[in-house]
Amino acid sequence: MKTETPMLQIQDLHVSVEGRPILKGLNLEVQAGQVHAIMGPNGAGKSTLAAVLAGKEGYEITAGDILLEGQSLLELSPEERSHAGIFLAFQYPVEIPGVSMVQFLRAALNAHRAAKGLDPLDTADLMALLKEKAQLLKLDPSFLTRSVNEGFSGGERKRAEIFQMAVLDPSLVVLDETDSGLDIDALKVVSDAVNALRTPERAFIVITHYYRILQHIRPDVVHILADGRIVRSGGPELAVALEEKGYEPLLATS
Amino acid sequence: MQPTQDEALTRHLTTEYEWGFESELDQEYAPKGLNEAIIEFIWAKKKEPPFMLDFRMRAYRAWKDMREPHWLNAHYDPIDYQDAYYYAAPKSLTENRPKSLEEVDPEIRRIFDRLGIPLHEQEILAGVAVDAVLDSVSVATTYKERLAKMGIIFCPMSEALENYPDLVKKYLGTVVPYNDNFFAALNSAVFSDGSFVYVPKGVRCPLELSTYFRINARKTGQFERTLIIADEGAYVSYLEGCTAPKRSEHQLHAAVVELVALSGSYIKYSTVQNWYPGDKEGRGGVFNFVTKRGIAHQNAKISWTQVETGSAITWKYPSVILKGDNSIGEFYSVAVTNNRQQADTGTKMVHIGKNTRSRIVSKGISAGRSDNTYRGLVQVLPSAENARNFSQCDSLLIGDTCGAHTFPYVEVKNPSAIVEHEATTSKIGEDILFYCNQRGIPMQEAVELIINGYCQEVLAHLPLEFAVEARKLLAISLEGSVG
Repeated sequence: MKTETPMLQIQDLHVSVEGRPILKGLNLEVQAGQVHAIMGPNGAGKSTLAAVLAGKEGYEITAGDILLEGQSLLELSPEERSHAGIFLAFQYPVEIPGVSMVQFLRAALNAHRAAKGLDPLDTADLMALLKEKAQLLKLDPSFLTRSVNEGFSGGERKRAEIFQMAVLDPSLVVLDETDSGLDIDALKVVSDAVNALRTPERAFIVITHYYRILQHIRPDVVHILADGRIVRSGGPELAVALEEKGYEPLLATS
Repeated sequence: MQPTQDEALTRHLTTEYEWGFESELDQEYAPKGLNEAIIEFIWAKKKEPPFMLDFRMRAYRAWKDMREPHWLNAHYDPIDYQDAYYYAAPKSLTENRPKSLEEVDPEIRRIFDRLGIPLHEQEILAGVAVDAVLDSVSVATTYKERLAKMGIIFCPMSEALENYPDLVKKYLGTVVPYNDNFFAALNSAVFSDGSFVYVPKGVRCPLELSTYFRINARKTGQFERTLIIADEGAYVSYLEGCTAPKRSEHQLHAAVVELVALSGSYIKYSTVQNWYPGDKEGRGGVFNFVTKRGIAHQNAKISWTQVETGSAITWKYPSVILKGDNSIGEFYSVAVTNNRQQADTGTKMVHIGKNTRSRIVSKGISAGRSDNTYRGLVQVLPSAENARNFSQCDSLLIGDTCGAHTFPYVEVKNPSAIVEHEATTSKIGEDILFYCNQRGIPMQEAVELIINGYCQEVLAHLPLEFAVEARKLLAISLEGSVG
């Protein structure tokens, strides 16, 4: 029996984009240390869920609430949510020309530290931390001096996302279709990196179309999102069933 | 309801012009207006050698026959040249010229203290010598003795005319002739001071030489004149910075800078321009109408780096005449416009010698209701065998009420030339801001980070001490911009 507050509670969440309802009463509860997979057909609202969790502009929450460790997120800006422990690994990470990964993460880390009332990291400590995390994820250190995502391959971008996650040490990680556009080898590398960062304190939400990433990142719970609601939840076997039969029979019986 | 990103960006970027304070000084003025008697007054006041009266008079007469140009991609109302003072000087500096810093009026010292320009050598950034110019008069020049031991002259133009008249006479007006253009002619007629630099043969100047210009007096134009000569094989790095008080009327700043790079020498000239830009509605601000040009002799190199964040209108084209064989010209520019600011800036590279090379990197950033224009000329004359040019002009837009324009002119008269031009236009998108925010970076810092990254290639050419200041200025000048 778990009695402590869940890491994340989403309660009857309704979200509209430009007046059009996308999420229509979504409920979800994620405990610390768990991995939840959210699968669903195109247009089900998967990416909307990721964006709303991170606080992106342009999504109107018409009802419901999102609680992180018992605290509502709705009034928080994207950076405050980041400071509170939410990390979104983007489906399409943007390029920031002329800004090195070191500069970028220095700004990010120091903003997190400032939010906690801590002084900025000095350069030596910063570099030691970045090198340690790069080593953990088997990244070439030259990665640190390159501009953020500029000229990166699809696989490199996704690894860079996981690297940033390792540095910022979030409590809740949302992987938004991190597997899209990756070949088998790259998928394995990225999945290994995620697995290396699984801890009893950290929760993951893996948003995906495909079963194959779940062969590498084993979920505790699998949810099927359709038409703005979670229509089925189960163990990993649900993902296997999806892989074999597709969405239709599962949605029809729900 | 959360504020939108646009609102947040606007709020976070709203900072006031910090340098807009005004100081009460006892000023001596020339009578208002401009005529031959005024020219003579300035010449006499400054106790200049006779050739200068001739130079000034020729310039004035040429100017009288010229018409105020308006071909820039910006609008300004015709200027009433008779409704201004052409000579203003703090009395305490001219009547009994202070012999040491201790004798300088404390009020004047306070101005530079507030601006963060230390006039005491021991407080100064290591490796930087400063000439501080207030309105038309040089206040103090530091490290003069140390430089003099190496034969380097770094002093106010007025002092150079007194102590090295032959050197000034030999080079003044040789790069920018007295009748070059309307504003250069006006400057030649009435210029009051500026910096003079001479670096002798084979000497590498060990300090960054820096002039800090400050306008204080009302209804005065600032017309400074800078002349830098690098003798054969010499090297010098020079930097200018500038600010002005907030005034509701426009102030004209029509400077002339001449660089002479003799054989095998290298002059690196950096500008961090932060004149008062006017208010949000476009009231007041400095008209920065400046002529800057260098001539590079054989194997010589001239490199211009400019970070232009201030002024109501910036209108200038720091240029290089590549006269000698194998000479090199470079132009690295960041121009930021916000609110109602207008900038029409770029460069001219004139290839005359064989194997001459030029490189142009221009980054224009527009926000608010501003307009930002790059205008550049690459000219390859028939004599310029194997000339090479590369130009990169990038524009960044913040919001959708500003404009970015690029006018690259290319004239090639030698078939062996290779001239390349690349241009891009982009916006600071919400996606990139959201990405930064998601990583915990607040809006203002995110914009700073993105802008600095965008300008990295140019900022990398600034002397280190000033790159830091330039980065801060970039962020501050994007006051009230809307993403």
